[in-house]
Amino acid sequence: MAVDRERCCGAGNCVLTAPEVFDQDDTDGLVLLRDPAPGAASRDRVQRAVDLCPAGAIRVG
Amino acid sequence: MTQTTQTDLPHWPPVNPASSPFALLDDAERLRLADQAVTRVQLPTGATAWLVTRHPEVRQLLRHPAFSSDLQRPGFPLLRPLPPEVTADSQGAFIRMDGEAHLRLRRMLTAEFMIRNVRRIEPLIHQTVSEALADLAAAGPPADFVSTFALPLPSKVICHLLGVPYADHDFFQSRSRLLLNRQVPMDQLQHAAQELREYLRSLIDAKRARPDDADDLLSRLIRERVEPGELGVDELGGMALLLLIAGHETTANMLGLSVLLLTRHPGRYALLRDRPDLAPSMVDELLRYLSIVRTGLFRVATEDVEIGDRLIRAGEGVIALLSLANRDPEVFDDPDGFDPYRQAHQHLAFGFGMHQCIGQPLARAELRVALVELARRFPDLRVAADPQELTTRDNSVVFGLDALPVTW
Repeated sequence: MAVDRERCCGAGNCVLTAPEVFDQDDTDGLVLLRDPAPGAASRDRVQRAVDLCPAGAIRVG
Repeated sequence: MTQTTQTDLPHWPPVNPASSPFALLDDAERLRLADQAVTRVQLPTGATAWLVTRHPEVRQLLRHPAFSSDLQRPGFPLLRPLPPEVTADSQGAFIRMDGEAHLRLRRMLTAEFMIRNVRRIEPLIHQTVSEALADLAAAGPPADFVSTFALPLPSKVICHLLGVPYADHDFFQSRSRLLLNRQVPMDQLQHAAQELREYLRSLIDAKRARPDDADDLLSRLIRERVEPGELGVDELGGMALLLLIAGHETTANMLGLSVLLLTRHPGRYALLRDRPDLAPSMVDELLRYLSIVRTGLFRVATEDVEIGDRLIRAGEGVIALLSLANRDPEVFDDPDGFDPYRQAHQHLAFGFGMHQCIGQPLARAELRVALVELARRFPDLRVAADPQELTTRDNSVVFGLDALPVTW
């Protein structure tokens, strides 16, 4: 999976949805990937983060 | 846009008020509008626009790069004619910008409102909630929840964060309310906006004249962006205006309506006290169910785009109706029920797309702390008025209650 920091608008939905996978950069508040290969336990939450991302900045697959 | 007479088109905003604060629209009007995913409506200016009412289409529209937020573009759906000269006044208003110009300003703020920073200011929220609870206790019973608690709380918090003196609250609260009222004549609206801009400009000038290491947002942006030449003073003024208004009117109206709703569901209210761990999902359901930005989000198409089964042509206006999307039966079971146990996280109350509310972590934290502490301190809170007597802000961009008498 990948995140696009150029698209990210820093709303923080992904961090709220799957905190084990996503974080926000201390300096600019934009998305950081904590875990580029999240385990099966996170799959549903990651998919939800993809759906909820207002900027469409998260890609899976 | 077509010039033919379209007297049979539904009007937007709706003419008839909703039957209750929790019914989004007049019943007949809702049936008519929810019948299709995309409906043509007539605006008060006589122009027409497309009203988009369902969850998938609202998301598609708000995330699509071919819809502009710039209200000076030809075809932008307006509720009243624009004044001739707005260019100079719109600096820093990134809510009305597109693309890189929007992101440039928004990104100066993303770190400020990110979840971790809001956690850091949670003690401030708790402190401010405690003060508001004490004020409410001292004012009654009975007391007006809106003026004693719901408005002062977010107002004090945003003032503290921005570095705006709360002592001036009467001034900026009254003008903010005018700016959000769709029926205020344009000259009054411009005057109120001008007064607020001048107020913030003199505040910024004063901070610049006496540089210090103050830890508020305006002081930080002056030090880190304005002085190095990255950000204009008028741009900062425009950003401050946006944050000040958005930072208190929205949360205040959510709090008032939430308390009205929760007093009708005493079990749910008690749950806030007994199971505060469930409060975050309760807050999301309140955001979904109450959907206070009921006029919708306005855009204009910059190229031809198909939304739902409709071709929206370049230059046509579009309105994303967040409130009806939040009652989309394909997404939410029993959409007109208030059910904090459902997965309400899919709601669009903060909007969607690049403009989605930047302050949502702050709003969520304020609502959660305020409602939990209220349920602890006032377990027997009740509304002290006939529901029919409560006046709602039907003409405001942000729906809410003018007052809410409560007792305990």
